[in-house]
Amino acid sequence: MNNILNEIGIENYIFLSTILFCIGVFGVLYRRNAIIVFMSIEIMLNAVNLLFVAFSTYHQDAQGQIFVFFSMAVAAAEVAVGLAILVSIFRNLGSIDINNLKNLKG
Amino acid sequence: MSTILIIFCVLAAVSIATAFLAIFSRNPIHSALWLVICFFSIAGHYLLLNSQFLAIVHIIVYSGAIMILFLFTIMLMNLNKENEVHKPRITRLGAIVSFCLICIVLILVFINSKPIVGEYITTGEDYQSIKVLGKVLLNEYMVPFEFASILLLVAMIGTVLLSKKEKTEK
Repeated sequence: MNNILNEIGIENYIFLSTILFCIGVFGVLYRRNAIIVFMSIEIMLNAVNLLFVAFSTYHQDAQGQIFVFFSMAVAAAEVAVGLAILVSIFRNLGSIDINNLKNLKG
Repeated sequence: MSTILIIFCVLAAVSIATAFLAIFSRNPIHSALWLVICFFSIAGHYLLLNSQFLAIVHIIVYSGAIMILFLFTIMLMNLNKENEVHKPRITRLGAIVSFCLICIVLILVFINSKPIVGEYITTGEDYQSIKVLGKVLLNEYMVPFEFASILLLVAMIGTVLLSKKEKTEK
């Protein structure tokens, strides 16, 4: 069985996940809607997972994929708790604009 | 240009374009749907790298569970109106400039770092079928596996506690 990276190259995967990660950072900086900010965080997590799988193929080793499983479990927990926090923020403030969350400002 | 490279380029273009569309759509429901397509194309990347189990789990967890959770929250809050106020122009300009800078700097660093010489190794042994993954997960990574279950339990309890209505205030 041939290594698939002979045809694509690990550099292309590095560039792709770099661009996806930067898109995630851009989304966090650009939008005010807290749900879109969460989605951007998901994009960043996925970029890192993609690179893990690519390097798992590069080293011909299963450990990278195992790490992706744990990262998926953490992402699922994070989204559940984060959305619950968003719902309670929406109940208290009436909006999820992140510029309204200034109560901790000194 | 081989077929696999063409498939990779199409999948990469789809994932980058849909990620951008997910960020730029005014309507949160539209951006959630774009994000579903983005996750499917990333699952396509996993299939291309021959890790089928991970691709299926990715579709189930991300495109299934997480995006349903997002859509449910959006509809619960009745946010499907396009009435979001934009950030001030200077902040958006700063976001665009910092995006371009971080992208250019990271990609130039990866281009100029030491290139990989020679062929990629192919051991020929099976390392990503469900059988091997299960063995590695339940032998070497037994303790983190159990801790992941505790993490999920704690997240579930925390979610229920957070989203419960407080009755002590009134």
